[in-house]
Amino acid sequence: MQINGEYKPLIVAFCCNWCSYAGADLAGNNRLNYPDNVKIIKVPCSCRVNPMFILRAFQRGADGVILCGCHPGDCHYTSGNYFTRRRMSLLFSMLNFLGIEKERTRVEWVSAAEGAKFAATMNEFTETVAALGENKRLEDLRCKR
Amino acid sequence: MQRIGVFVCWCGSNIAGTVDVQAVSDALANEPGVVFSTNYQYMCSQAGQDMIQNAIREHNLTGIVVCSCSPRMHEATFRKTAQGAGINPYMVEIANIREQCSWVHKDMEIGTEKAIILGKAAVAKVNLNAPLTPGESPVTKRALVIGGGIAGIQTALDIADAGFPVDIVETKPTIGGKMAQLDKTFPTLDCAACILTPKMVDVAQHENIRIFSYSEVTEVNGFVGNFTVKIKKKARFVDETKCTGCGECTEKCPMKKVPNEFNLGMDNRRAIYIPFAQAVPKVATIDADHCNMLKNGKCGLCAKVCAAGAIDYTQKDEIIEEKYGAIVAATGFNPISMDKFDEYAYNQSKDVITSLEFERLTNAAGPSAGKLVRPSDGKHPHTIVFVQCVGSRCAACAEKGKEYCSKICCMYTAKHAMLTRDKYPDTEVYVFYIDVRTPGKSFDEFYRRAVEEYGVHYIKGMVGKVAPQGDKLKVQASDLLANKQLHIDADLVVLAAAIEPDQSARPLATMLTASMDTNDFFTEAHPKLRPVESPTAGVFLSGACQGPKDIPETVSQAGAAAAKVIGLLAKDKLKGNPCIASSNELMCNGCSSCERVCPYGAITYVDKEFRMPDRTTKIRRVASVNEAVCQGCGACTVACPSGAMDLRGFANKQIMAEVDAICK
Amino acid sequence: MNNHVKHLQDEIIRSSGVNPKKCMRCGKCTATCPAFDEMEYHPHQFVNMVETGDIEPLLQSESLYQCLSCFACIDRCPRGVEPAKLVEAVRLQVIRKQGANHMTANDVPDKLNEDLPQQAIVSAFRKYTK
Repeated sequence: MQINGEYKPLIVAFCCNWCSYAGADLAGNNRLNYPDNVKIIKVPCSCRVNPMFILRAFQRGADGVILCGCHPGDCHYTSGNYFTRRRMSLLFSMLNFLGIEKERTRVEWVSAAEGAKFAATMNEFTETVAALGENKRLEDLRCKR
Repeated sequence: MQRIGVFVCWCGSNIAGTVDVQAVSDALANEPGVVFSTNYQYMCSQAGQDMIQNAIREHNLTGIVVCSCSPRMHEATFRKTAQGAGINPYMVEIANIREQCSWVHKDMEIGTEKAIILGKAAVAKVNLNAPLTPGESPVTKRALVIGGGIAGIQTALDIADAGFPVDIVETKPTIGGKMAQLDKTFPTLDCAACILTPKMVDVAQHENIRIFSYSEVTEVNGFVGNFTVKIKKKARFVDETKCTGCGECTEKCPMKKVPNEFNLGMDNRRAIYIPFAQAVPKVATIDADHCNMLKNGKCGLCAKVCAAGAIDYTQKDEIIEEKYGAIVAATGFNPISMDKFDEYAYNQSKDVITSLEFERLTNAAGPSAGKLVRPSDGKHPHTIVFVQCVGSRCAACAEKGKEYCSKICCMYTAKHAMLTRDKYPDTEVYVFYIDVRTPGKSFDEFYRRAVEEYGVHYIKGMVGKVAPQGDKLKVQASDLLANKQLHIDADLVVLAAAIEPDQSARPLATMLTASMDTNDFFTEAHPKLRPVESPTAGVFLSGACQGPKDIPETVSQAGAAAAKVIGLLAKDKLKGNPCIASSNELMCNGCSSCERVCPYGAITYVDKEFRMPDRTTKIRRVASVNEAVCQGCGACTVACPSGAMDLRGFANKQIMAEVDAICK
Repeated sequence: MNNHVKHLQDEIIRSSGVNPKKCMRCGKCTATCPAFDEMEYHPHQFVNMVETGDIEPLLQSESLYQCLSCFACIDRCPRGVEPAKLVEAVRLQVIRKQGANHMTANDVPDKLNEDLPQQAIVSAFRKYTK
């Protein structure tokens, strides 16, 4: 997304309430820096994330979307993250087909104890997305101010 | 249209240090729906909460956005505040500008900018919030304690004393756990059996407690207040109701060479056995792997000698299903395997033992009847070397040791060293340590007594190598303070092995959907403020399954867990989570997609009569959510092809609004 | 710590890939070391001295050449500090500082003795005149 004529990647992170959101909090508690490009939206479970939300984010100018959930087998709701894994692999391959590079989308498992992993993942993902440049493929020009 | 109030917290300098709070409250004041915006030093303080309540009354607010710390910290606080001033608690949203903004960014400009965006997202969400009322569900007034060590025993006793029935599930044939294997306990040196066995008897005799020994949990369903648990009672081939625990069978059984796990394999037991004299329940158990009768049908001696007729070779595993309101995990710990530590020659010499084996060697009921002897030749050891931190604080390779400090080793090693010197003053005792860690009441005094009064040689350094040579153990070690390398001819080497959670904890955590850390210790709901609760409602933690603990700490945590359980069971009804799925029946096309993905079976289909536009009526099959069962994961909302299913509190529109606000 | 020492320290840490800060001073390396009696500075001291910048004495020390590089300390260190790599890195510093680690042709006559084969003398001159 362009901010004051300069490219600054915008990354939307969906974090499940039980593991990843707590992992993000832990990163904060430990003062582990990660880029401010990352904006977190809390969802009860990664399986709450409707593909629609991700499309909307890209449409509105997000440059990358990352989805964080509990590790497989550790889902608070038993099996939610398995749904996420399947749904997102379908969605991401479709997005790839549409020209949204697959590096712009990611599913990552971050537990409540993995603050360091959360920060590292966000650093790395932001770097990857920054290298790809602006997302223009799905951006809806009607949304531009 | 909502009337929203925005409250930006400074959190002292925690937020205000990297976020310009004034700029945030000014920027958010212009957002749609916002009629009031302010900032204050500590929103969570009484003055801050009063400020919110006054603003609600003064400005007729219908929604609240608090820009502060993580909702995991104070969401409940602010919801209560809002409720106190008469608005629905679910009209409150938190923008996390501390953990996810001020603490991870250093630049004021960047921090402020991000805080504003997070605030905008929260405002956008509140604009679409609707008041929610939690449903109520009844509470099954019975608790399950998994694990029958001192943690489980204490928790069960405390809950039972409060008048609630409790079941203990223990995988071993007897309760008692690790503490039953200990000799003395630090720092007061009471004998472990003397303080534990009365408690075990209390458990056995308590009218509110049932013990499922030699049993394990195989399935957990349901949710807080309403768990349904399947317990497998493993066949012990002895009728518990008939067995008197006389022990006749255990003396007559011809299979004499079965390693005795209670004595850590240092002596043998029979194929039919009672682990120790004070076992509870005091009932014999047949080890099917070693019993001749069960293996090839030849023997049957125990059945012949049993006067009570309790032996039943045809017994089968039994599955019991029971309902519980609360579950306490008390699965405890084990010492780690010493197989990977070749340098200490644990597998090469019988005289290199772990501290738990040392406990059994010094225990009057142990394999040597309490006489401290070398396991190899039964001779009295004259030089004993204790090695601390074997596998603890070991960050180099995960398959070998554990990164954390096992906490209890410093104290029990001091105890062992002291007791050895006390009983056998002719014995030289060396303790090799990295640091001596003795935080705890009377702990450091205890360690100093071992050094000053009992003359234990404490040496700052580590043992690098133990090599058996003849009947001696050549110990090569460092003395860092003297900058020397020491060579000691030892008779016995005792390794303070690191402790790890019991192997049953991981599968149990999966069944309970309780989270674990990377070391397989259960995670607590909040490391400081909710240390005995799991993040999963209705699941509580007791003892070493949550982290390494000594006995006093385990007992206090067990009591705390019991208090939490009692608090839960004392309620007749539980307020549920109102953020659950609901189906728009007009849009539902009856496809059953949601029913198939629901992990709780909360969705059923009902036939319902609808009025059609042409004034006729039609019966259609539509989804219906059982509000007491739905946990609000949202899997169904994504599966629904017609968009009929939505999640209250996290509605499609709300999350879209957040996405839009962030991407603006 | 002056600039020179700081540079040396950085170079040693860089070339060894060892982080001496990981050391928790347990002394297991020194307890393990088979060359302990020969060494003036022992493995745990090596780690400590590099960390505190006390590097000059290390450069002078014979201990550099008494380390057997048996890697027992690397194997046993509970924190993965790898002291032997540090010894090796310090050794490299010394060798590099000496530049070409060999004699000049002028040094050769002093070293000659009766037992040396003719061929060795010839090849020494050939080697050190280059």
